[in-house]
Amino acid sequence: MTGGSRPVAAELEVGQEVARRTVGVDRARLVRYAGASGDFNPIHWNDRVATSVGLPGVIAHGMWTMGAAIAVVVDWAGDPGLVVDYRTRFTRPVPVPDPGEALVEVVATVGAIDAEAGTVRVDLAVAVDGVRVLGKAQAVVRLV
Amino acid sequence: MPVDITFAGRVYPPGDVYVVSREKLREFAEATGATHPAHTDVEAARALGHPDVVAPPTFAVVIAQRTEAQYVEDPAAGIDFSRVVHADERFTHHRPIHAGDRLRAALHVDAVTVRAGLAMVTTRCEIADEGGAPVASVVSTLAVRPEDAS
Repeated sequence: MTGGSRPVAAELEVGQEVARRTVGVDRARLVRYAGASGDFNPIHWNDRVATSVGLPGVIAHGMWTMGAAIAVVVDWAGDPGLVVDYRTRFTRPVPVPDPGEALVEVVATVGAIDAEAGTVRVDLAVAVDGVRVLGKAQAVVRLV
Repeated sequence: MPVDITFAGRVYPPGDVYVVSREKLREFAEATGATHPAHTDVEAARALGHPDVVAPPTFAVVIAQRTEAQYVEDPAAGIDFSRVVHADERFTHHRPIHAGDRLRAALHVDAVTVRAGLAMVTTRCEIADEGGAPVASVVSTLAVRPEDAS
């Protein structure tokens, strides 16, 4: 159904921006992610616990941020099964205010093209208020 | 208790079968804002050649963190979760994970190092189907801050 609009490796260039999205995250979303993932660490839903360990307050699960960022690549690739490798470092926490939300900006660019393997490395710049929160976030996507 | 570096090299064999369900994939996709229809719509997934709905690329963390628990929650390992920061994570998919998959996961403690009081713990979760065919590999590194640091 989305096959007609899938990207083709031969038409891509290194450095090319392929997708961009801003994703909002509020406390309710963190509770939802905790339930969906099974990660109930209270620093992701309890201000008292978060501040007691030196955080400014409740922070997003790093794995939530990593998961939200790759959705941008999946939609661009057209098939979730095409992401064969995905890695990141967690460089800065994402504080999530209450009330309100944190806005996570995701920009995906072509980092490398391996024509022989039929794969493209997509580099993800993931930032909150202009400050990177993920480091070296890279997804390898199989394209035809 | 400090982080016990002698755990490095340990292997925990696969435990119970994890059965991947459509509803769990839907919950995970909705929580992470993964709106691609192949995560939730069987017909959309089949149109792409999948046997059933497809997991988001980070879904394997659900299985990995359950598997890691037998090590990181072992008091003898010395990992105090109030001092843990997630340092990095990597997924390698040998094939997509689908609803209906019956998966088992072995845990490898690849490295435990301590430098200037900061411990770095790297685990690798090898997820396979019931026949032993590899499905995904999940490598995770935790940083454990020293007890006297704030």
